[in-house]
Amino acid sequence: MGFATNLLNIICYVPLLGAFAIIFLLKRDQSRAIKTVATVIAGLDFVLSLPLWFVYDPAGPAFQFTFARDWIPAVGARYHVGVDGISVLLILLTTLLGFIAVYSSFSAITHRQKEYYVFLLLLQTGMLGVFISLDFILFYVFWEVMLVPMYFLIGVWGGPRKLYAAIKFFLYTLVGSVLMLVGILALYFYNSTGLKAIGLPGLGNAPTFDVTELFKIAPQIPPNLQFWVFLAFFVGFAIKVPMFPFHTWLPDAHVEAPTAGSVILAGVLLKMGTYGFIRFSLPLLPDATRKAVPWVAALAIIGIVYGGLVAMAQKDMKKLVAYSSVSHLGFVMLGMFALNPLGLTGSVLQMINHGLSTGGLFLLVGIIYERRHTRMIADYGGLAKVMPVYAMLFMIITMSSIGLPTLNGFIGEFTILVGVFNRSTTWAVLAASGIVLGAAYMLWMYQRVFFGGITHEENKTLKDVNLREQWTLIPLIVLCFWIGLYPKPFFRILEPSINRVVQAVDPDYLNRPVAQLAAPLPTGSGQEH
Amino acid sequence: MRADLIALLPELVLATLAMVVLLAGLASSKRRHGALAAGAVLSLAATALALGVAATATDPAARLFSGMFALDHFAVFFKALFLLSSALTVLLSLDYLRRNDARPGEYYALILFATVGMMTMASGTNLATIYVGLELMALSTYVLAGYFRREVKSHEAATKYFVLGAMSSGVLLYGLSLIYGTTGTLDLAVLARTLKGGHASESTLVGVALLGCGFLFKVSAVPFHVWTPDVYEGAPTPITAFMSVGPKAAAFAMFLRVFLGGLGPLDGQWRWLVGAAAALTMVWGNIAALTQDNVKRMLAYSSIAHAGYALVGLVAGGPAGIQSVLFYMLVYTVTNLGAFGFVIMLESRGYAGETVQDYAGLARKHPLAAFGMLLFMLSLGGIPPTAGFMGKLYLFAAAVNAGYVVLVVIAVLMSAVSLYYYFRIVLQMYLRDGEDAEPATLLAAPWTERVVWACGVAVLVIGLLPAPFLAAARATVGVLGLP
Repeated sequence: MGFATNLLNIICYVPLLGAFAIIFLLKRDQSRAIKTVATVIAGLDFVLSLPLWFVYDPAGPAFQFTFARDWIPAVGARYHVGVDGISVLLILLTTLLGFIAVYSSFSAITHRQKEYYVFLLLLQTGMLGVFISLDFILFYVFWEVMLVPMYFLIGVWGGPRKLYAAIKFFLYTLVGSVLMLVGILALYFYNSTGLKAIGLPGLGNAPTFDVTELFKIAPQIPPNLQFWVFLAFFVGFAIKVPMFPFHTWLPDAHVEAPTAGSVILAGVLLKMGTYGFIRFSLPLLPDATRKAVPWVAALAIIGIVYGGLVAMAQKDMKKLVAYSSVSHLGFVMLGMFALNPLGLTGSVLQMINHGLSTGGLFLLVGIIYERRHTRMIADYGGLAKVMPVYAMLFMIITMSSIGLPTLNGFIGEFTILVGVFNRSTTWAVLAASGIVLGAAYMLWMYQRVFFGGITHEENKTLKDVNLREQWTLIPLIVLCFWIGLYPKPFFRILEPSINRVVQAVDPDYLNRPVAQLAAPLPTGSGQEH
Repeated sequence: MRADLIALLPELVLATLAMVVLLAGLASSKRRHGALAAGAVLSLAATALALGVAATATDPAARLFSGMFALDHFAVFFKALFLLSSALTVLLSLDYLRRNDARPGEYYALILFATVGMMTMASGTNLATIYVGLELMALSTYVLAGYFRREVKSHEAATKYFVLGAMSSGVLLYGLSLIYGTTGTLDLAVLARTLKGGHASESTLVGVALLGCGFLFKVSAVPFHVWTPDVYEGAPTPITAFMSVGPKAAAFAMFLRVFLGGLGPLDGQWRWLVGAAAALTMVWGNIAALTQDNVKRMLAYSSIAHAGYALVGLVAGGPAGIQSVLFYMLVYTVTNLGAFGFVIMLESRGYAGETVQDYAGLARKHPLAAFGMLLFMLSLGGIPPTAGFMGKLYLFAAAVNAGYVVLVVIAVLMSAVSLYYYFRIVLQMYLRDGEDAEPATLLAAPWTERVVWACGVAVLVIGLLPAPFLAAARATVGVLGLP
């Protein structure tokens, strides 16, 4: 029972224990103590997750830090956790944003603080559980568990339409995930006893929900079954991403959620959908995935352009950022469904980038909302004069979101575009238009908020960001520059895991002679940029 | 003969003690609530002991009383479940009766008699035995539903329940007589052999259809559900809780045994009928629940919907289907009793405190009780890590395996819909604060509170570590004469 075998459990359950500590040891009015405990727990969790970055060995086995025990032997569900390069990055993103979410809430949340921090910590356990689960039932449990605290975060501490937004978020995601459950069951029975009604004999293996076992049978799953299971998974994951046309819950949830809720929602929750695709749909259902490529790509491109256009028309900053998420996640999906190493690597990297930059944007909007209690672009103007530090931080994050070279967004989008170009020139051209749109709506918003004269009397006396607010943003900005300037470690940790996914979903790709490949494998591609 | 009597020991013990409780109730003054409730719980505990003795001493495969009765794992599981649900009902009733100043005497005795009936239903391997058990249970429940004679609603509930219940019993009986007339037997094992051997006549099929309608009424499946909301709303709340778990589980026990055991060879004929009823029940139960403002009515429709889910397991059939229904009944029992326990705590005298709005702001005033209610609502909706999720998972897995994917898709979509109305309560409890008037105060009800606690813990334990409970349900493999 070494530290390494239990590391994932520790990371996952430390927030849960913290939540219990707050529930049972602290009283409702001890707001200072509650904040301290929550911050310490979230910070501790981040520190605990750092060893993953240093100890995870990209050249080692597919899943590391594994821990497996029997859980429900009657059905073959196991408690099996483990991480590969993709989940390592997402876990680090989660613990970092989790800490920032707690730390950024000190002044924004003034009522029912105890419950608030409890829910934030519970949410973190749920999200981490999703990224470490290697058993379908375990995964599903965490996937759904996480809905409940998020529902409360939106519903209790949200904006004026919080009740509507909370239940809409809850039901949308739930509908998707219950269908996913049916897909999981179909795979499970195909692996064991078969599905009698459609005359599909099973493979006769011992019943298991263990994903690593199911990976082994992926090539044998008949195309017909793959199609239906893919569809079931697609609904579940696409709603979460959210892909066009399943995105309508997102603007409501984002706009109504409190700042920390939006940060977590955009930074981590949306990634769970894309993570689901890359972890389950692609390697388990390769045939259906290849066939679905044009359809998914079309939806992704529609999402990129549509999200960008709608974002441009927004008057509310938070809504603008929300729609920009639809556009960015379209990029992630398009890169992923290029089904080549570059596209997939860019896609995962862009998940991280989007978490950093959109998380940062929501924090920034939250900072100004706390001061003026409005998010309307028209209520601002000329802020650069009264809040220079704020304006600078906002500028960096905006540039990161747009994809300016030297910042992280560029690396992600560029890698995706190279991968997509490899698959289809047309897609790449259409997707690139999304970058132009992105620059347009972001810069236009920036111009209207920060430049020009101060048109509103109230804005003249606004205080610049304080130290705590700066410290919520600085880690994000450091990471943005790091990924932008020296992304090699990120590529290195991702490469073997991505190659495994490609090997599973499109085995021919890696075997093709190099001359036929329009772009090289992402080995050492960090230096190219 | 001795072996027969040993197997019957639990029923004998409970029937005897029920009469003792009845007499004690008549003899004692009106205020001896605690003593009578204790007597009832002790009777149930003694019966549980007798059940343990009888189960170890009896061969599960034995055909007792010339094939009228069996004490197989299936029966033992259900009997244990009935004893549990009856004991919890008694505890839920204690504070309620005291508060409403009702006579406790016959009340507890009737619950015990109903339990004897349910136990007989679970053990009956002959249609006649099952029918006798059913009537004992039903008659006791009719009286219990109308126990608050002076309340118009309670009165109305009892009358409706009685008239419709009697009619459904008539339909059921007519079906029985047709089956008996055409096959010459009421013994389920013989019936299965007869039907397997030859072609079933049309009159037999009509009999099966009528029997099916009667059973669907008893489990309150659509379109035979119309009595449920009125009866559930009008009956004293602990009795509503009881009806939604005990008699319902008993009806499922009989449904499983008769349709998968005796009528198993005809499954090609009845499966579409029950499957259609399951689909309709899930859809209508959940949709109708969406618009209910009265919590008891809402939980009534929810119980209709849950009967639909359980019917999916029946349609799936086979060992996996049977086990999943058993496990689901256990899950549903602890969840629903907990939820009703909370309703009882909230209810003030009479029928106030029943609308969804009465729950506003309760989370602030009673955080722990509200958290319990949250768990029950999540469990009813099938969200992990609660028992409800494991129950549904097992149920739907059985149905997918048997190939009823369409039914499962309806079921999962409808469970998503159900979250909307379950979360209306959660929303009121947690999300509405300070907007409306002062939140309601939960009444001091120590025993009810303990039951709620116990159910809350059970919901979490079964949800996180379901293995031993599943194992108990799995012990029934092969019991109903199936492979």
